Amino acid sequence: MRRCIALLAAALSLSLAAAPAAAIDAPTLRAIVDGDTDARVAALHAAVSTGDATLAPVLQAMLDDELKFDEAHVWRVHDGQASDAVTGAAATLPDEAQDVMVNNRLRGEAQAALAALRLQAPDAAVRAKAIATLRDAPDESQLAIVDAALARETDPALKGQLRLLKAATLVASPDRAKRLQAAGLLATGDDPATRALLGERLGPRGESDPEVRAQLRSALAAVDAHLAAGERLGVLFTGVSLGSILLLVALGLAISYGLMGVINMAHGELMMIGAYTTAVVQDLFRAHLPAGAFDFYIVAAVPASFLAAAFVGAVLERSVIRWLYGRPLETLLATWGISLVLIQAVRTVFGAQNVRVENPSWLSGGLPVMSNLVLPYNRLAIIAFAVLVLCGVALLIARTRLGLFVRAVTQNRRMAACVGVDTARVDTQAFALGAGIAGLAGCALSQVGNVGPDLGQTYIVDAFMVVVLGGVGQLAGAVVAALGLGVLSKLLEGVAGAVLAKIMVLVLIVVFIQKRPQGLFALKGRSAEA
Amino acid sequence: MKATRRFAIRLTALAVGAAIVGTVTTAQAADTIKVGILHSLSGTMAISETALKDTALMTIEEINAKGGVLGRKLEPVVVDPASNWPLFAEKARQLVTQDKVAVVFGCWTSVSRKSVLPVFEQNDGLLFYPVQYEGEELSRNVFYTGAAPNQQAIPAVEYLMSKDGGSATRFVLLGTDYVYPRTTNKILRAFLHSKGVADADIMEEYTPFGHSDYQSIIAKIRKFASEGKKTAVVSTINGDSNVPFYKELGNQGLKATDVPVVAFSVGEEELRGVDTKPLVGHLAAWNYFMSIKNPTNSAFIKAWKAYAEAKGLPGQKDKPLTNDPMEATYIGMHMWAQAVEKAGSTDTDKVIAAMSGQTFKAPDGFTITMDEKNHHLHKPVFIGEVRADGQFNVVWKTPGPIKAQPWSPFIPENKDKKDEPAAK
Repeated sequence: MRRCIALLAAALSLSLAAAPAAAIDAPTLRAIVDGDTDARVAALHAAVSTGDATLAPVLQAMLDDELKFDEAHVWRVHDGQASDAVTGAAATLPDEAQDVMVNNRLRGEAQAALAALRLQAPDAAVRAKAIATLRDAPDESQLAIVDAALARETDPALKGQLRLLKAATLVASPDRAKRLQAAGLLATGDDPATRALLGERLGPRGESDPEVRAQLRSALAAVDAHLAAGERLGVLFTGVSLGSILLLVALGLAISYGLMGVINMAHGELMMIGAYTTAVVQDLFRAHLPAGAFDFYIVAAVPASFLAAAFVGAVLERSVIRWLYGRPLETLLATWGISLVLIQAVRTVFGAQNVRVENPSWLSGGLPVMSNLVLPYNRLAIIAFAVLVLCGVALLIARTRLGLFVRAVTQNRRMAACVGVDTARVDTQAFALGAGIAGLAGCALSQVGNVGPDLGQTYIVDAFMVVVLGGVGQLAGAVVAALGLGVLSKLLEGVAGAVLAKIMVLVLIVVFIQKRPQGLFALKGRSAEA
Repeated sequence: MKATRRFAIRLTALAVGAAIVGTVTTAQAADTIKVGILHSLSGTMAISETALKDTALMTIEEINAKGGVLGRKLEPVVVDPASNWPLFAEKARQLVTQDKVAVVFGCWTSVSRKSVLPVFEQNDGLLFYPVQYEGEELSRNVFYTGAAPNQQAIPAVEYLMSKDGGSATRFVLLGTDYVYPRTTNKILRAFLHSKGVADADIMEEYTPFGHSDYQSIIAKIRKFASEGKKTAVVSTINGDSNVPFYKELGNQGLKATDVPVVAFSVGEEELRGVDTKPLVGHLAAWNYFMSIKNPTNSAFIKAWKAYAEAKGLPGQKDKPLTNDPMEATYIGMHMWAQAVEKAGSTDTDKVIAAMSGQTFKAPDGFTITMDEKNHHLHKPVFIGEVRADGQFNVVWKTPGPIKAQPWSPFIPENKDKKDEPAAK
């Protein structure tokens, strides 16, 4: 790579001045796509050194796994259409054509070559990407093209990036003064690649000069300070993300257990029903609607999973739970039995294996916030969704007629009945609402985890933990407990690992409940049931 | 009243009839050889093990179509141990003592194998275990048709350290928290020490079974990778946790050219349903890939496709996928059938004796041999990179099959261990 980029730089300056470069020929390309990796890399370097712009699309095709070859030819297969990779003429692919093998090393080399070719692209975004790629593996041979690009560059942000790239290429230079200067410049870096580079230079096989070492060390401290902010924000984000999932999982339970006092062991299975509904909606979209609509299946899946789970909840309440009000032990056993029935039913209908739920493309990938912090879209979406559901539930309880009735029945069932509230109906509605929210949680979970018959079992303990910790009967308690548990789990996970963190959280909760059985937020004054 | 009596008589007649039919079926069953299949069809391991059950059934059909073994048809007995380790032992006992099966094909995780091991040793049963594992075990009642560490883990790490593999000098050993990842990582740590990698350059991290939140693990890997040059991740995550792990890896944009992840328990089947476009270049080490081109493999894939379509296997019927443990199941069962033919009996001792030196032309393109002594196969090693379509590109392979070392030379206590199981 070193030599190749140096040559490329020379070639580029030549080609700018002189005649257009010759197009890539078949034997050259043939040598790049097949043979020993070292030989292929050498062939790639030789080809790039001609500064041939026609190489770029071919390299891109190779990176996209679109190239095939046989004894003498290389073909490009794009959307099922084969063409000669050199001339671009349409061709038929012979049966014995082989796929071009690209391993990580070749991929890295090809990406660096492409980036070098793209440093002079007119589009600033393309240049920025090219600089970022080159910064992943900087070396001194890039200096010439970096200098050329620096002289050309007008965008101040990109100029800064290029200076950093230049510093990165110079930090291993034999010239002590250059190294010293580079080390100073690198202190402004704020990405993991710079951190790794500095770490390597400070390692046993790196810098030997004490003055440069000191400079490198202070640069490392500066970069670390930049990165630390990203790391802290990262922990906070993962905590909030886990918290939002816990909140969604617990909100439904906060209504059925918190407000109505029903220990609903089948709550997890109601979530599972929501998740399976999402899977079914997804399959229906794939089977019956055009491909473009698939990305929006989730829009239909949200209400569908709410309705499906709410319906099952209503049936449960009417058929089983309403006979058991005020008998917590029986409720617990009955709902546990129901949960087993639901799991087995799902196994019979959908099979015991997990079902596939694909993320819509707009929920794949992430939002790069800082150089070492990428926020995945699906997690961002779930946080937003949790906030929406929370607001919805809070408004429903505080502002609507149903909410008023629910509160009335919770606080004093007999008095409510006396003033004409149909308490049985309110019970059914409230329970169905809790179940529906569980369904929404299941829909959200399908985007981050696996959807299988056991989905509910993994979350039921967490759900009860949140509700009990927050204080039974309190939405605000559930919010604080969910976020607190989420952030605490992630903090501990960072220190002690996932297995120990889980144990520590459980122990902490047990200790907390011992000290404060009523949870974080207790109902003040006379409790309704007491 | 009359009606009731008539009903009772009818019921008795029916029961008697059923009893007769029942005896007839048992009489027929005596002409078959029973084969136990012990794979989780539910729970966290179902993602991997269900396909092995179906492969075993397909192979039984294949053998029966050619006339069975010793002129008798094979009769599968399928049980579901539900990813529950004690249940594995119970179901194994049921297969061996009640159903009296001649042989059992089963288990994926090492913890399940460890839990059924005493059952097979006490009752002198025969288990064929089709998955790569950590070694450190050699039972005369078990044939290991998956890879030992020197046939998978060690070559994979050697590849990561090579120029083509990215010259990695720092390693994250990431696994599910049980015996296989812990032992493999112990061997790998000793191996890395022998290559001059310091403890400070190794990070070991475990998650529980079924873990689904890999955000902080990925953040940790990112941080560790930024602390020095060229980090690689060695993943021994098992079961359906792999789906959220790879999803998170893709979403957080950790690219294979920066930090390659090599996995030992992730194949074509586990990546079904994961968007593999952001994962291109991440690696897996196995002794077989579906993408290997040779006539035996084409025939194997064709047979599997036909079977999946005929049986309407969920998922497989639309997109049939084969993988390494499926191949190992296939090889194991054929070798067992050959050994039974050779021994002229299904007697455990005779079959064990007949197994040594068995050969089979396998879908990996080589004629695979069962070692004379150590109950392991001589297997070729392939390292593949994930492609955008969920298949693997073979980027490195051994010239031919290599002998298994169940006792890793990198664990000092293994120095005096014998390369064959203790006699009964």
